[in-house]
Amino acid sequence: MLRPVSAYSENLIEIHDLMYSRGARVIFKDLNLTIKRGEVTAFMGPSGTGKTTLLRLITRQLIPQQGAIFVNGVDIATLNQSELYLLRRRFGMLFQNGALLTDINVFENVAFPLREHTRLSNRLIRHVVLTKLHAVGLRGAADMMPSELSGGMARRVALARAMVMDPEILIYDEPFVGLDPISMGVIVRLVRRMNDALGITSIVVSHDVAEVSTVADCSYLISDGKVAASGSPDELRTANSELVRQFMHGMADGPVAFHFEAPNYAEQLLGRDTE
Amino acid sequence: MQQTRSVEIGTGLFVLLGMSALFFLTTQTTGGQDFSAADTFEVEARFENVGSLKDRAPVAMSGVTIGRVTSVTFDPVTLEAKVLFVIDSQYDQIPDDSDASILTSGLLGSQYIGLQAGGSDIYLEDGGEILFTQSAIVLENLIGKFLVNAGSSKD
Amino acid sequence: MKALIRDLHSTVLEFVRTFGAFQLFFLRLLRHTPKMLLKRPRLVIKQIYNAGALSLVIIMVCGFFVGAVLGLLGHNILARFNAEDAIGTLVAFALIKQLGPVFTALLFAGRAGTALSSEIGLMKATDQLSAMEMMAVNPVRRVLVPRFVGASVALPLLVAIFICVGLLGAHLVTIELLQVDAGAFWQQMRLALADKDIFEFIVKSVAFGIVAGLIAVWEGYNAIPTAEGVGLATTRTVVITAISVLILNFMITAVLL
Repeated sequence: MLRPVSAYSENLIEIHDLMYSRGARVIFKDLNLTIKRGEVTAFMGPSGTGKTTLLRLITRQLIPQQGAIFVNGVDIATLNQSELYLLRRRFGMLFQNGALLTDINVFENVAFPLREHTRLSNRLIRHVVLTKLHAVGLRGAADMMPSELSGGMARRVALARAMVMDPEILIYDEPFVGLDPISMGVIVRLVRRMNDALGITSIVVSHDVAEVSTVADCSYLISDGKVAASGSPDELRTANSELVRQFMHGMADGPVAFHFEAPNYAEQLLGRDTE
Repeated sequence: MQQTRSVEIGTGLFVLLGMSALFFLTTQTTGGQDFSAADTFEVEARFENVGSLKDRAPVAMSGVTIGRVTSVTFDPVTLEAKVLFVIDSQYDQIPDDSDASILTSGLLGSQYIGLQAGGSDIYLEDGGEILFTQSAIVLENLIGKFLVNAGSSKD
Repeated sequence: MKALIRDLHSTVLEFVRTFGAFQLFFLRLLRHTPKMLLKRPRLVIKQIYNAGALSLVIIMVCGFFVGAVLGLLGHNILARFNAEDAIGTLVAFALIKQLGPVFTALLFAGRAGTALSSEIGLMKATDQLSAMEMMAVNPVRRVLVPRFVGASVALPLLVAIFICVGLLGAHLVTIELLQVDAGAFWQQMRLALADKDIFEFIVKSVAFGIVAGLIAVWEGYNAIPTAEGVGLATTRTVVITAISVLILNFMITAVLL
């Protein structure tokens, strides 16, 4: 069993002094942040800052080298396999491409967690699954196979699947990438509606400033392995930091250089570099 | 559901087919020399020459397998080959003066022991011995004899 | 020279490490197997269908022609010694002891093994395994175990079918075409084959089933999650299964001789 929560705290997830490196590359160093219960929290940052890695750390698909992550007051590094799985049932996660199981149809995909974890009757499962599919507007697609869905539809099915166990925390990994404006609008509305209607806590990872601004209560801008800035979207937009301005307004060059580290251009063209 | 059903039917057919193939292989391809009787009695016979008779070779009477060779050894005292074989207990009325010969099934087939019934009123029992034996026909000897005969008939 | 030795050292060490990891992986699969069989037999049945029933056609066609060519060639050679009657023995020995298990395992690696490793590799590449992990479902138990068990169960059955169809092929060629006596064909075979030979065939096909399933699942699970990585894993499945099966075949033959 999951250890009982000591006390109700406003912070659902707390990250203290997190350090994580892959090989020689340090991805996070001294990262501190908190996620409040019932809010939509966004992680933003330039590509390659390890936003997805952070999600994997929070869900303990990865284990930090230093520091600790507390979910509901419990240090998740101390959980054993079955405690971890119990914790994960309280998470719902939406992967970037949906990650639907390709060998079963939409209905069975959404029913998957129910069939794995509960002994509900077929009738009840049908009822729950259709409700969730209806909530994302895809009740009519129940019999389709994942390969027949568009990107936006697949993501909505994945959202229905993530919700089917009524999680406390919903995690969205890049939910807005590669969608047409209409699908994007649908997903944005769904994120907000799920959060408010079901009273869950949402974490959104994205670099779409405009979309995040419309849904997030609180955003963290992560750069260079640290929290560069935090606050509500409006606060961020008016922040004084150069990095924040560059990111929020999409300027090509700034603290985050346009050029990847490279030898001197002129010298390389003249073939004088050592390589 | 329809799809699950056809998968299940397909699997069922496949497993049944596989099982019956397995059954066929285990029961139908062996057992020619296999002789399995619960109750047997052991008989001994000595031969001058057993040829290539081996363990598990059949023992037949009138062409029907009634037993099996259990050991072929060389007796250093009598300088003969000693063959032990078992016979199904239901054949308990074999005269003890029957004779045993080592025969070959087909031209190149394996060798077996053929029993020819005698006329005695006393029957073979466990631990009994067949006294009248005829050795294996060794092809080389046969050819040798044939050549000698051919040579002598010319005179 | 020093660098060469260092290279060799690290290569050997890496090989031993991989081998050890492979064994542990096998134990991990075995540990989950009984529970999976009892609780979710349907998942296993589906995989027996995928690995077995779907390989049936290729196995039967190949088996038939392997048996037929054995009959043809064997008859040709045995006829020189006027020993055509022994054709049944020859075909049965070759099929049951060697060609059946080995040939089926190689075909199986190409047909079902590649399908398994590419399926699992793609599931990994498209985050399906991570998604299960996040839904608190152990992908080793839910995805790998049924596929491993399915393959291990399917292969011995396929071997038996391969041999039977092979015998049928040899029977048709030698008896119908080359006029060998049917009685001699079967009787000689029965005289020559002992239970020991059937035992050898069963040991081999079970061992090959486990090896083929294990390698396919392992390669898929450890594939680099890219299109290229999955392709590589598929190739490696065939190559490694083929080598392992041939080596294992030699060892089992030597031990049971």
